[in-house]
Amino acid sequence: MQTKLSFFFALTITGANAFAADAPAPMIGKDDLLWLNRITYGADEATIQQFRALGRKKFLDVQLRANDDHLPAPIQQRIDGMSIAHTDLQKTIEDFAKRRKEIKADGKTEMSAEQKKEYVREGADLVRQTINRELLRAVYSPDQLKEQMVWFWLNQFNVFARKGAEPWLVSDYAEHAIRPYAMGKFRDLVLATLTHPAMLVYLDNVRNAKDHANENYARELMELQTLGVDAGYTQKDVQELARILTGVSVEFVPRNVRLGRFSPEPLGKTGAAFFPARHDFGNKTLLGQTIRGDGFKEVEQAVDLLVKQPQCARFVSRRMAEYFVADQPPKELVDAMAHTFERSGGDIAETLRTMFESKAFDASLGNKFKDPMHFVVSALRYSYNGATQMDTDVAVNWLGTQGEVPFGHQSPDGYPLTESGWASSGQMSRRFEIARAIGAGRADKVDVNTKQAPPELAGSLFVKTMLPYMSQNSLAALEKAKSPVEWNTYLLSSPEFNYR
Amino acid sequence: MNRRHFLINTAAALPALGFAGQLFAAPASSPRFLFVFLRGGYDCANMLIPYSSDFYYESRPKIAIAKPDPNNANGALALDANWALAPVLRPSIGSLYAAKQVAFVPFAGTEDLSRSHFETQDNIELGLPPQQHAFNSGFLARLSGVLQGKAKPIAFTDALPLSFQGGGDIANLSLRNVGKSSFDDRQTAILSDMYKGTRLQPAVSSGLQLRAEVAQEFGAEMQKANRGAINARGFAGQSDKLAELMRDRYRLGFVDVGGWDTHVNEGGAEGQLANNLNELGQGLQTFAQTLGDEWRNTVVVVLSEFGRTFRENGNQGTDHGHGSVHWVLGGSVGGGRIVGEQVAVKQDTLLQNRDYPVLNNYRATLAGVFSRMWGLNQQQVTQVFPATSAKDLRLV
Repeated sequence: MQTKLSFFFALTITGANAFAADAPAPMIGKDDLLWLNRITYGADEATIQQFRALGRKKFLDVQLRANDDHLPAPIQQRIDGMSIAHTDLQKTIEDFAKRRKEIKADGKTEMSAEQKKEYVREGADLVRQTINRELLRAVYSPDQLKEQMVWFWLNQFNVFARKGAEPWLVSDYAEHAIRPYAMGKFRDLVLATLTHPAMLVYLDNVRNAKDHANENYARELMELQTLGVDAGYTQKDVQELARILTGVSVEFVPRNVRLGRFSPEPLGKTGAAFFPARHDFGNKTLLGQTIRGDGFKEVEQAVDLLVKQPQCARFVSRRMAEYFVADQPPKELVDAMAHTFERSGGDIAETLRTMFESKAFDASLGNKFKDPMHFVVSALRYSYNGATQMDTDVAVNWLGTQGEVPFGHQSPDGYPLTESGWASSGQMSRRFEIARAIGAGRADKVDVNTKQAPPELAGSLFVKTMLPYMSQNSLAALEKAKSPVEWNTYLLSSPEFNYR
Repeated sequence: MNRRHFLINTAAALPALGFAGQLFAAPASSPRFLFVFLRGGYDCANMLIPYSSDFYYESRPKIAIAKPDPNNANGALALDANWALAPVLRPSIGSLYAAKQVAFVPFAGTEDLSRSHFETQDNIELGLPPQQHAFNSGFLARLSGVLQGKAKPIAFTDALPLSFQGGGDIANLSLRNVGKSSFDDRQTAILSDMYKGTRLQPAVSSGLQLRAEVAQEFGAEMQKANRGAINARGFAGQSDKLAELMRDRYRLGFVDVGGWDTHVNEGGAEGQLANNLNELGQGLQTFAQTLGDEWRNTVVVVLSEFGRTFRENGNQGTDHGHGSVHWVLGGSVGGGRIVGEQVAVKQDTLLQNRDYPVLNNYRATLAGVFSRMWGLNQQQVTQVFPATSAKDLRLV
């Protein structure tokens, strides 16, 4: 604490301007720093060092390859210690179904208040563990681009944790339906989400059966996940896709009696299954193409058809460009990305490369407002700078008050990717409160005997990276700070920190 | 109620203003408007029940609400010979209806037939005729512009809704956790100054100022009431705070309420939809009561992006449909009526043999309401809702 304060007073007493005059040469150029703040969740010392060793081209290659997700040992241990790290989804689903059945043994009895409370608490705990695991990886994984894409796809293929069995499903969904495909082929990602119970429950496809059609998933699969709303498909296409999807459901309780050709066919190891008895085997016409009634093969054909549409290439490219480049990405950029997407068979990493290597990307640096997730994660990365005495649990609440907690968006459109979704007056003032909490050390992981201490944000990382690029207004604010916490608050609240 | 009555009523009923009220009161002569947006497409046919239609009971074997029946507490509350109210709304909206403070507009909605939540919600919030995407602003933002300061706007939401976007700096404030104090004056000034000359300057300074003021106002009140922190859960829990802010400071409000997308197990007299309606009804009743005399100068419109399929689906729920029922409430509205164009509820009159048709465009209805509230001329109406003529349903 002594050193923190003395450094802090040295800074304020000499004044930021005077201080800047004696400052060592910046560790990284301004454009490179901004570039790094886009490719990653936010620069910390390790990424800057790595950047200096590799340069833009090789740094980007490494991030696109995304094969280094090792975490600092204490962080990995924390994840390994979570109960979600040791659960088997099929067993979880069975247990869940069994418990519900026991509770409703006589078909009428509702859960007791006590049972209900316990059940809700257990579910909430699983969701919270999952969010914490994702946040810890976002802060500490070297695969920073992949971590952003995991968030991006969880958002594009949104599921909502407070619906039915979802609390028991979201952890596996993130781990096995999204994460392995985040940088791979888009088609694989669509099929992985389509055959995961979390999606089938969330968009009601578990209820979609022959003569009892439920269009919910079919519509959102086209509108929000693959083609976009103006892609030219019709209500009839929605109905036909819903028919194709009939019988794709979840086998909550495996039957011991096999039913011959009516037996449910497991779809991978997720508990999702194809129920021939619930499927509409008639022929369908989707987007002008006939799909012959043939069981689950129809679904694969339909997904192939959807992801092959030029509208899909454009829609997915535009979404990525909105997330990484600008709220209104230039048409030429989206065209170029869509071209790569089509040429590469929907390869996500290749499409990203086209985007990151474009002129439009360079021209946009420093102009993209951080959404709350980027703000919180970058502030934690900057504040802890690789040190592991940080706990993300309190960050779950911060994201909640900003309205962007993972698995917390009720409707399937996901969270907005644009500034207007996050920069209203009410959100800005809340964001500054979060800046103060981080600046006060509220994310410190401490035992009962230790006090949380403000991180030393005025330290050398600041001096060597951000200080040379701060505006006069922001420097003036830092000079007026009366305590380390206040100084930290202003830094994390500054425009320089809130744009990437 | 016409505009003249609005003025008279207001003059007669100046509320006793507290400290904050004196500082922030809107001009006393100006009426106020709250837009309640039910996101998710609520199932209007189980809120306003067409109980004289046998087709209704045929179409909903599992979720229909029973006809009015004095011996059945789960029976609907008859409003006239054809329409009845969901029983769960009897104590709240039923009483307001009896006091002629609620009107319903059935067969209401937009031209948008996408049946997409997001497209239709955006379409409604933009307030544009089909195929027109020229504006990058919401209709409430444009209304605020037309009223030129006569109605200070606010959204009671975490984020600024599309309805209010494009209108410069319009405040938003979620009513969850408003009791905590934030930054002191010196810190507020420092934070605001950092954003001088940036595009976020208005949002930053007004946001900080509003948080401080509201924390001060409700903080003092909470101490008085000795209730601890505001922990408002849901619309019903927040509606008294919302009413106080609308009474004392704001005249143009937006709030949204979610959870209406009942594809599965919607329920009938009881269940998922009934619970949501109960929360909404109670919230609106609290809002009316908290406004006190000012309820007479207030109009609330409740609407949703679309109605749902008239027939129940295979999961005892309903899917995305088209025509809806919109609500108009207020202390002086021409209520106790079911208004607008109507048709008999039967299979032949359904749109595409599945949904209520839209006979009453919400833009025309709202334009009519706004015209009477604020005396807007046709040119002003067109600024709010391009290519729209106001339809005067004599609601205010």
